[in-house]
Amino acid sequence: MKDYTKHLASRVTSGGLSRREFMGRAMAAGMTLALADQLFTESAVAAEPKRGGHLKLGLEGGAATDSKDPAKFLSQFMFCVGRCWGDMLVESHPLTGAAVPALAESWEPSKDAVTWTFKIRKGVKFHNGKDLTIDDVVATLKRHTDSKSESGALGVMKSIKDIKADGDSLVLTLTEGNADMPLLLSDYHLVIQPNGGNDDPLASIGTGPYKLVSFEPGVRATFEKNKDDWRTDRGYVDTVEIIGMNDATARIAALSSGQVHYINRVDPKTVDLLKRAPNVEILSTAGRGHYVFIMHCTTAPFDNNDLRLALKYAMDRETMVKKILGGYGKVGNDFPINSTYALFPEGIEQRVYDPDKAAFHYKKSGHDGSVLLRTSEVAFPGAVDAAVLYQESCKKAGINIEVKREPGDGYWTNVWNVQPFSTSYWGGRPTQDQMYSTAYLSTADWNDTRFKRPDFDKLLLQARSELDEAKRKELYRAMAMMVRDEGGVILPMFNDFVNASTKQVKGYVHDIGNDMSNGYVATRVWLES
Amino acid sequence: MSNIQPSTVLPGLRFKQRFPLLSLIIERFLLSLVLLFAVSVLIFGGLEALPGDFATTYLGQSATPQAVANIRTELGLNRPVTTRYFEWLGNAVRGDFGTSWASKNSVSEQIGKRLGNSLFLAACAAVISVPLAVGLGMLAVHFRNRLPDKIINVISLAAISLPEFFIGYLLILFFGVKFGIATFPATVYDGMDFIDRLKAIALPTATLVLVVLAHMMRMTRAAILSVMSSAYMETAELKGLSAFRAIVKHAAPNALAPIINVVALNLAYLIVGVVVVEVVFVYPGMGQYMVDAVTVRDMPVVQACGLIFAAVYILLNMVADILAIVANPRLRHPR
Repeated sequence: MKDYTKHLASRVTSGGLSRREFMGRAMAAGMTLALADQLFTESAVAAEPKRGGHLKLGLEGGAATDSKDPAKFLSQFMFCVGRCWGDMLVESHPLTGAAVPALAESWEPSKDAVTWTFKIRKGVKFHNGKDLTIDDVVATLKRHTDSKSESGALGVMKSIKDIKADGDSLVLTLTEGNADMPLLLSDYHLVIQPNGGNDDPLASIGTGPYKLVSFEPGVRATFEKNKDDWRTDRGYVDTVEIIGMNDATARIAALSSGQVHYINRVDPKTVDLLKRAPNVEILSTAGRGHYVFIMHCTTAPFDNNDLRLALKYAMDRETMVKKILGGYGKVGNDFPINSTYALFPEGIEQRVYDPDKAAFHYKKSGHDGSVLLRTSEVAFPGAVDAAVLYQESCKKAGINIEVKREPGDGYWTNVWNVQPFSTSYWGGRPTQDQMYSTAYLSTADWNDTRFKRPDFDKLLLQARSELDEAKRKELYRAMAMMVRDEGGVILPMFNDFVNASTKQVKGYVHDIGNDMSNGYVATRVWLES
Repeated sequence: MSNIQPSTVLPGLRFKQRFPLLSLIIERFLLSLVLLFAVSVLIFGGLEALPGDFATTYLGQSATPQAVANIRTELGLNRPVTTRYFEWLGNAVRGDFGTSWASKNSVSEQIGKRLGNSLFLAACAAVISVPLAVGLGMLAVHFRNRLPDKIINVISLAAISLPEFFIGYLLILFFGVKFGIATFPATVYDGMDFIDRLKAIALPTATLVLVVLAHMMRMTRAAILSVMSSAYMETAELKGLSAFRAIVKHAAPNALAPIINVVALNLAYLIVGVVVVEVVFVYPGMGQYMVDAVTVRDMPVVQACGLIFAAVYILLNMVADILAIVANPRLRHPR
């Protein structure tokens, strides 16, 4: 509650909330009218967003191979670049993760959540001066759903059967009911482009707060303010410069010498050193990304649930968070959802390190001899150290883990999703449904634990089209329990997004949606002189 | 050779006799071309043998089998290797390296920019390091086993012993962060004016100079010292030449061949071996370009970079060989 009002206040500060909206929400959260009024005035005055200035970001993840086509955005660098110049139909709420309007003003599902009608905002102009029309929206979605498309959103979009315009509204017909449809449209690939980007996918013309001025893949992108932006609560700085910096030390040096205002991917190992720099602020945001140890439920010896349980109990989660994440993270509970998701199933008992239980299940499984775990530095930062730590904690339960360090090059092709026991990571997904559909549905392309359970699939499909939130929550709880107790994933931790800025940077929004304030960092902050 | 009558000599041999130097150069050049061709086969074959292909690597976790299949078909990855190799070679000979699979940009155009950046950095480093290394080398010989020689030796040994990224970090720490007198990051871009560009590359240039200096300096010193022990140097000394004059006039020219060789090797390194320095200083050169491409198996780019790197190496080695021949009269007339 306190956090919530604080967040509301910060949104007032960043100009993201009008007085009327603020009062409504603050009072709904239990505040008195007078108090809410006072808080609004205070936060509005305390840090009125300043306009102007040149914002410089130093980001990891750019490569010479980056494409300007939103369908092919992959790297962190392009994620952030795309958020500067483009808009989606829907955005996710930075604190609750719920769908909030962007280029779509409002939406309405049919009773079975199969047909969705989105009202498209009027009076929005593209950077080239052209008005946003329903045709642009339809063309964009069609381009990303085409089965010949190379779009990164293809997996998200494949449940859409039909896209058409109805007057000024967009009508989507799905193959099956999906209560999360609006959130899926917040995918960062789905930037609305003139004529869907069919004419020139690389033109980088959108409706966002900044116009792309220059771009050199993997090196640098510069932006200037879009004077005709349809929103006033963003885009505070005049110009933005994003520099690709793949070396962690280079990023830290650039930030502490004041050459850039913001960097991403601060290594947990060095974050304490960086904290000592006088002009630096560490920005750590709870996220949905998680590090995993994956066992194939269909391959011996991991096809035995007792062995899987033994390996789960032998995981010392607290130590992992402390040692591998430097404390910048939360312990996991062996299912891929945490409290940052809407409809998170609360009250599930936290699994803790228990060598005795591990030994018990290990004996019961009948397996003896060592268990081979494959890992690599690319699986997640500190993966090799994590594997060795795990080896130690298993030893106390009498389980012998053999750690094999694989080359990083080709790890995702030859080891992950191929070998029966390996380390890996998952980025967050906007919804629980999407997370489970990507990695736990029997037919999922990336079912990397080989978790194949018809009863689980049935629950997933049931929850997907359920519009009653209480019922959905129950279904998600049952699914979480199933993955936790019988699945092939050992999930020791959710990693925070650790970024850093100079103290000049104000108005940073800790968005649970994704890293770098869900990619919106450049459009949300302002510079204090 | 004079025993052979000109009339009985084959035309080719006669050419060789009349223009020994020119024919040597032509021979070296042809050999280089054969070598380059062999390298192209190696590059292509090696990349084929790499684990993982572009479609899966590029899409990573967001890949669906459908998208993977689409990419493979679009790029024609299903065709036989030999067909693709000769197609690529044919285009490469004409200077067309195709388009990047990932970014869809023209590879030749991108390389034009990147190679320009790399050459600029290398040239700046070379302009400073080569005269400095040769000069210091001569100085060290002149004062051999005395204090200046020892100082030069210790400093150069220290510089060569530190990994280049560490030298880079130290320079960044002191000149970028602590004193704030140097520009960092060293990102250069289109439309940057020349003075800014020079400022931006000050730190990476300094790093490179420190890295290659010791190697060249020590080779210069060793080569001159070995000449110094020969009889004619004794003569020079006996006829009363000053020590410095003896080094410059008599010893240095005869030590040229090994010096040229080590300089060429270091120049090649400055162009093709500086990936780490580029990464540390965020400098958009060829090395960074190639590493990015290898990561996602962007074959056209990797192949083009590989071929260009090989060409630079071969070319510089060829030039070094030819210069060494020119510098040494005995090598000009092979028996």
